[in-house]
Amino acid sequence: MRDAKLVENAPKWADEAVQKLSAKSVDVGRYDLVLHPSHLWLTIHESVAHPTELDRAMGYEANYAGTSFVAPPEKVLGTLKYGSELMNIRGDRTQAGSLSACGWDDEGVKPEDFDIIKKGTFVDYHTTREQALWLDWYYKKIGKPTRSHGCSYAQTWAAVQFQRMPNVSLLPGDKDLGWEDLIAATDRGIAIIGDGSFSIDQQRYNAQFGGQVFYEIKGGKIVGMLKDVAYQMKTPEFWASLDMVGGPKSYHLGGAFGDAKGQPVQVNAVSHGAPVTRFRNVNVINTGRTA
Amino acid sequence: MTLRSLAVSARYLSREECEAIAKHALSFATADETRVLVNSTNISNTRFAVNQISTGGDSFDAVVTVISKFGKRSGSASTNQLDDAGLRAAVDMSERVAKLSPEDPEAMPELGPQTYQQGVNWSDATASLDPTTRADAVKRITEPAKAANLVSTGFMEAITGAQSITNNKGLFAYNRSTASVLTTTVRTPDGTGSGWGGATHHDWSRIDPSALGARATNKARTSVHPVAIEPGRYTVVFEPTAVGNLVQFITRAFNARSADEGRSFFSLPGGKNKIGQKVVDERVTITSDPFDTDVASSPFSSDGLPTQRVVWIENGVVKNLDYDRYWAQKTGRAPTGSGGAIKMSGGTSSLDDLIHSTQRGLLVTRFWYLRPVDQRTILYTGLTRDGTYLIENGKITRPVKNLRFNDSPIFMLNNLEAMGVPERVSASEGGEPGQAIMVPPIKVRDFNFTSLSDAV
Repeated sequence: MRDAKLVENAPKWADEAVQKLSAKSVDVGRYDLVLHPSHLWLTIHESVAHPTELDRAMGYEANYAGTSFVAPPEKVLGTLKYGSELMNIRGDRTQAGSLSACGWDDEGVKPEDFDIIKKGTFVDYHTTREQALWLDWYYKKIGKPTRSHGCSYAQTWAAVQFQRMPNVSLLPGDKDLGWEDLIAATDRGIAIIGDGSFSIDQQRYNAQFGGQVFYEIKGGKIVGMLKDVAYQMKTPEFWASLDMVGGPKSYHLGGAFGDAKGQPVQVNAVSHGAPVTRFRNVNVINTGRTA
Repeated sequence: MTLRSLAVSARYLSREECEAIAKHALSFATADETRVLVNSTNISNTRFAVNQISTGGDSFDAVVTVISKFGKRSGSASTNQLDDAGLRAAVDMSERVAKLSPEDPEAMPELGPQTYQQGVNWSDATASLDPTTRADAVKRITEPAKAANLVSTGFMEAITGAQSITNNKGLFAYNRSTASVLTTTVRTPDGTGSGWGGATHHDWSRIDPSALGARATNKARTSVHPVAIEPGRYTVVFEPTAVGNLVQFITRAFNARSADEGRSFFSLPGGKNKIGQKVVDERVTITSDPFDTDVASSPFSSDGLPTQRVVWIENGVVKNLDYDRYWAQKTGRAPTGSGGAIKMSGGTSSLDDLIHSTQRGLLVTRFWYLRPVDQRTILYTGLTRDGTYLIENGKITRPVKNLRFNDSPIFMLNNLEAMGVPERVSASEGGEPGQAIMVPPIKVRDFNFTSLSDAV
């Protein structure tokens, strides 16, 4: 709560709300997007964390949450090109202050940190004890022990424990790049801060995301605020367009308390970390309509 | 655990038990006003995947919530420990919280004794469901799917419960209720086709598992290898579930205060609202009636206000918005007392009639991942799922890839071409019973699809 600096930030947020009233409505088209971690955490959640759940990939969630384009395991593990070389995604339940952190999961397993995507290639799913055995062939092939990653969770005493995502985060890059550096490197783009409307299909291909605050970038500078902005993406194309990632100093954890999955629906709390990032040539739509 | 724990009838607290618990809790109260809610619920479910039962559950809980008020300060506490110590602790906690709380300038006094109609949202057929009968119902979907070399998944849930409200002003309300739901998704083994069937009702005997399975199977078979079409504005025939998916968002915007304060589609400049204005096609009427067995709901709301039939939109014109007790008092109106269900008018056409009358358009089975984009126009985005088809010259000619839309149910109901016979639908994405919704299939023009999805 202290990190949120609510009192300190309140005047800034109030000013942004007023600016929105006179913001320019966005012109539709393709833009380079500079995304703040306060925005990207939700895109990671929907387009990376959910599709890499093993029960989804195996069809066990088909009636509600859906299946996954990251399937079947034997055709994608170690081979599916998910994004650019800058895309390194880790699962963990250990980050300080993260919502998924725990000492042991609901099966008594001590969770481990694990790679999900390495240099843009998909390498592992989230697993429970039952599920890890389904990938025994793969772990033997890559010389890893067959063990659960510690992702079992039930929301209450009355619910069945099953696989729920750990914290799933995009790792920062080696260079000490920050928000201003990415803005300065962008000729024509939109910078997005905060999460807004979000929707993604049942196999996690097609998504649409809004945000809280949008700034137009021209010639490496922010030239004004925009409104009515949402971007539509196809997951592998979007992540393939990642061409700049910020350094460790720009890393920030976002998260949700009410991530839903399963039937009956259960919610869990989870965090997603990310540095500042830039994605090239993304399709932006205008959401403004009049009643 | 013994087998007996699974074989007993659905559990809920009787009127006498609720009254006794509430009186006991009130006997410990020292606040100016105290309200005691007793909510007992038995939830049982059977889940299936890959043509077999995957998990099942059966839970019972009885929760007592105490709301204490000292002047305009209020607090609450809940417990499921129903003995002396538990109830006393809940009352003490509630009163401590109330004393610590700031005054609420919008606090309303507790209601006195009220007269309630008898609730009609109870079904013995639902209350008598047990693990065996649930498994039998699931089998009526999984066996045919397996025999047809298809893959079925799904979820069935039955809820049996009782709710009571008691306060120290003489109010007592009690209602017992049931709910049931069954949904299934049937897919082809190669993942190129997917179909869905689902239904919900407080009365389980109104749900036919075999019919739902057959519908999902047919859609799975006929939706394989969908083709891409250009996104854009299309004439669309929406099956009733798809209509329910969208129309429910209009009813969620009925809050009068949001309208009067300028935060809703139903707002007008100057702190006014759209009551009396035509907002959709004149063939559209939307009502809520807690005592209509098609869409039955509780005879009272959580503050003890009796619920009643409400006409929200009549012949396209807004007739009522939803006023809670505070906002009603402030604006000089009566509180609404809505039960929350939806029933929309329809026509006499069948779904097939709507398809046959379409020169070129799309047929949508249902929607998924619906999220608001702009509350002021009730603009939503989401995607079609589990059966989207091209209609040409009055016939379904081929399956098409799923599409994302950005549009409003208000615009949709202004572009209405035809309506069919209303039916009860399961419009909750999560497969829970959800809001009771009865809507027709409809045909509309110019529905706005903005992109394609490769998801099946």
